[in-house]
This record gives sequence, C-alpha cells and structure tokens, in this order.
Amino acid sequence: MRPLFGFLSGLVFGIGLILSGMANPAKVLNFLDIFGAWDPSLAFVMGGASLTAFVGYRLAWRQDRPALMPSFDIPSASHIDGKLLSGAALFGIGWGIGGFCPGPAWTAVPMAATGTLVFVPAMLIGIVIGRALKSSTFQTRST
Amino acid sequence: MLPATPTDFTPWASLGGGILIGVSAVMVMALFGRIAGIAGITAGAVAQGDRAWRIAFIAGLLAAPIMWLIATGAFPAQTVSDNLPGMGIAGLLVGIGTALGSGCTSGHGVCGLARLSGRSLAAVVTFIVFAAATVFVLRHMIGGSI
Repeated sequence: MRPLFGFLSGLVFGIGLILSGMANPAKVLNFLDIFGAWDPSLAFVMGGASLTAFVGYRLAWRQDRPALMPSFDIPSASHIDGKLLSGAALFGIGWGIGGFCPGPAWTAVPMAATGTLVFVPAMLIGIVIGRALKSSTFQTRST
Repeated sequence: MLPATPTDFTPWASLGGGILIGVSAVMVMALFGRIAGIAGITAGAVAQGDRAWRIAFIAGLLAAPIMWLIATGAFPAQTVSDNLPGMGIAGLLVGIGTALGSGCTSGHGVCGLARLSGRSLAAVVTFIVFAAATVFVLRHMIGGSI
C-alpha cells in the first residue's frame, strides 16, 4: 500500500509541475529574471500550492495519525541559523544557474536532455556532501 | 545558463498545476504524515530507513512526463541548458544547499509556508533572492557567457 500511494502522490506532484510550467527551466529562469524577460507565472504555482496545502494540512491534522504510518513526523526546528541560510543561499545560486530545483529535475529525466543527465547525478552527489556538512560544520558552536 | 528563451505568462495553467502540487503535499501528509519536500524525499530514498514509499514517489515523478506523453502525444515543452560544466555545478549546489538548508522549493516553499514556519519563510526569501541575483549577474552583467 505505501509504495502504491507513494507512487500516486509523486505522479500527481509531477503532473502538477508539468502543467504549471515549473518543469521547464526556461520558465523558471524567466520568473527569476525580474529585470529582464520576467514571467510571473510561477508566483501562481507557489500561491496555488501553498494555499491548497494550508487548507489540506489542517484537515489532515484532524486525524489522530496518518493513514499509512503510526504518527505524524513534522519538522519541529524553529531556529534560523547559519546552516539554514547558507544552504538556502547555495541552493538559490544553483537554481539560478540551471533553472532546476529537485522536483523538476526528476520529471526532466525521461526526456533525457544532456544537461539534465549531468545535473541529476551532480545533485545526488551534492546531497551526500551536504548531509555530511550538515552533521559536521558548525557543530563546535552548538551546545 | 540559458540565454533568455521567451515564455508565455500562463496564470491559469500555473495556478492549476500549483493546486495539484498542493494536493500531492496534502496526500503525503494525510497518508504518510510527512512533508512533501522533494530534496528530503530524495535524500531519504538513498539513506537507510523507510525508503520504499520515497523511491515509489520518485518513480511517480519520473512517470509524470510519460503519462503526459501518452495523454497529449508529446513530451512537455522544456529548454535545458547544454552548458554541461554549468549544469554540473548547478546540480552540486542544489544538492549541497538543499541538504545543508534542510529543504527546497517544495519543502520550505510549499509545505513550510503552509505550516506558517518562520524558518521556512527565511529560507524561501533567501533562496529566491540569491537565485534572482544569480540570474541577474549571468544574464545582465556577464551576458550569459558561462
């Protein structure tokens, strides 16, 4: 059951990315190009997705537990620290160079553009490096 | 880095696609009790632990353009840079940044904002400002020459 519903959730997410235009790096880069070929469409993606999730989450949280898991597992961290902001900055630079964030990069794989086939393995290596950095850096400053 | 390829303003398709992304985020919360952050799901799919549903979720992402092809007769329109060193650096930065910063456009953007997380809002403002600044530098200061 879990893999089936995991697959369906991913499929709905992927169709949403494609329909919205977010799966196309050209559209993402034009959204980010505020002083050039600005295409504000992606603000509608973020708005539609966030508002839908805002309402839907509150309905989901009325249940005692999720349907397929023993309990909810929601991030509890609330502090804004150097790891969060430096990570977000690095991600933003990479997003601005390639026009891909992780979801659209996955949906681009079946079209097999050479740039995609370079980006995705590099992203996976980056995730491994980033996880190592997250557990090592700044640790001397934590208590 | 791509030279500017003109794209049409598509508010209704983008709103509709955004709502589908939101529906998927709600499915992941209602079914699995988790955040639908693609960076986090990707990391969880390669780490130890409860991997099966995360691998299946990524398989669903991969199936989406194939279903689109079957339904419409064509793959979704996309323009991907063929600057391979640039795309390699971009992929590394996206991977490192989302792992270090605990989230991406979906985890902090969609799910974090829906949870009214101040931490996610700080991340979203940071990555959008840095992404827009990067595009500005590459397109308007050095003319997309990398």
